Amino acid sequence: MPFIPHTDQDIRDMLAVVGAPSIEALFDEIPPSLRAGRLEAVPEALPEMAITQLMHARAAEDVVALNFIGAGAYEHHIPAAVWEITTRGEFYSAYTPYQAEASQGTLQLLYEYQTMICGLTAMEVSNASLYDGASGLGEALLMAMRANRSNGSGEVLMPRTVHPRYRDVVEATTGAQGIRVLPLDYDPATGVTLTAALAAHADRKPTAVVIPQPNFFGQLEDVDALTDWAHERGALVVAVVNPTALALLKPPGEWGRQGADIVCGEGQPLGAPLSSGGPYFGFLTARQSLVREMPGRIVGRTVDLDGKPGFTLTLQAREQHIRRAKAKSNICTNQGLLVTAATLYMSLLGPQGLARVAAQSHHYLGALVARLSAIPGVKAVFSGPRFHEAVVRLDRPVAPVLAQLAARGILGGLDLSADFPELGHSLLVCATETKSETHLDQYARALRDVLAS
Amino acid sequence: MSQIPDNLKYVASHEWVRTEADGTLTIGITDHAQAALGDLVFVEVPAPGRVLSANESCAVVESVKAASDVYAPVAGEVIAANPALADAPEILNSDPYNEGWMWKMKPANLADVEGLLDAAGYQKVLADA
Repeated sequence: MPFIPHTDQDIRDMLAVVGAPSIEALFDEIPPSLRAGRLEAVPEALPEMAITQLMHARAAEDVVALNFIGAGAYEHHIPAAVWEITTRGEFYSAYTPYQAEASQGTLQLLYEYQTMICGLTAMEVSNASLYDGASGLGEALLMAMRANRSNGSGEVLMPRTVHPRYRDVVEATTGAQGIRVLPLDYDPATGVTLTAALAAHADRKPTAVVIPQPNFFGQLEDVDALTDWAHERGALVVAVVNPTALALLKPPGEWGRQGADIVCGEGQPLGAPLSSGGPYFGFLTARQSLVREMPGRIVGRTVDLDGKPGFTLTLQAREQHIRRAKAKSNICTNQGLLVTAATLYMSLLGPQGLARVAAQSHHYLGALVARLSAIPGVKAVFSGPRFHEAVVRLDRPVAPVLAQLAARGILGGLDLSADFPELGHSLLVCATETKSETHLDQYARALRDVLAS
Repeated sequence: MSQIPDNLKYVASHEWVRTEADGTLTIGITDHAQAALGDLVFVEVPAPGRVLSANESCAVVESVKAASDVYAPVAGEVIAANPALADAPEILNSDPYNEGWMWKMKPANLADVEGLLDAAGYQKVLADA
């Protein structure tokens, strides 16, 4: 059965009403150079049985392995109740419902999510989520440009310790808007942003400064000093943070003398499985004074005519259905299902539970780095405090070593040699609370064998 | 019946313009506009120093019902914005022609103001709408 309910006659009738000769004519205003044309690579339709068999075959290619890759997506234990409740019929939708106020339960859940994520980041307002952490950073920077328009330089200082793919997405989303992203280099000894790199920009008036915590290498940046440096130059501080780490680290709202202005990050660690890279969700929080520049949906609490509490979408004049081309963002939805899981995950763990997850992850990372660095030919690259992951250097090219580990059922980490050639044969390894001493021993033994062969 | 003071100039998009003794202009939205929008909850005004061309969208008034753009009546440079509107947008409802002014500008060419509608002309715009 086709899911487009209009018959050919319906379509002809509607075209006659608007006076258009064909559906194609409705798209006339889009220049031909921007049209996709025929999508040659899209295969022919398959019958249901054939597609089911194909998908089963594809799914079987996905191996169950002992995973030590982090790099933006983290394997944490998810209590069974999280997805049991998330997939109940009442919640099981990817979208904020149309006629949102008719779904008070969904709106209440989103409101609770916003409250929790504000608490975690120590900020005043949150939206109902974005697509993922990387696009969240792009949106945060566009927001900073609007909010700090009087600064006008259009320059963003971006540490090289921000996730390389996040930097790619920022380039894609802000490049055409006249925003210039200037890189800040890192200290080869500690893997955090160099004070000397800041000094080179002492005379600039950047519109925004990005501060990752922990950074891509897992190292902890000196967020207080970076925040104050940025504010002294009239820049807004955009924090990119890991939500699990915030259970232990100082939240961005308390960085430096004034705190960060906008906070974003990847929400996947809060209850979403790795699932081959998505779907995940991005979170975005900010100071109350910036709320009208915020992209996305925002749920507010109010009272009805009888004074009873209720929930509603609010500040919608920022959004496309009201402001059309002048909306603050082309994002006018959220990742409802993933946020439902995150809200349940945070509710079930509570602040203490999340702090225990963070503390255990930190403990096992330390144990992993100690075991790996004891192997001949393996060295930890950076000193200083770290969370979730660390960079180790091997005495030979990384890719063949990873392939041999994979053959033994171990995903040994992320090869950094393409993104950070200056680090040599380097590997980003990750441990969370899901990796016991036995797992760490298993990895260390395998790596020792591979390097000895 | 909305008020349309005789001493002001008007634009069909519902802005009013007052020429001050020093040749600067004060701009706001009309009584008719504020009444049509309903209770205002947020007003965004252009930053001082911004150079505007005539009919450029440069401010936003947001009510409980709608958000609308406000346009520069003539070309010129913004020299002041009403600081009271950030915390009290409702003064634009209660006193659109005085306390509820939105921004002041130095016109590129003062004679441009002469080309705008007078009170009778704006009255006719409203009558024809």
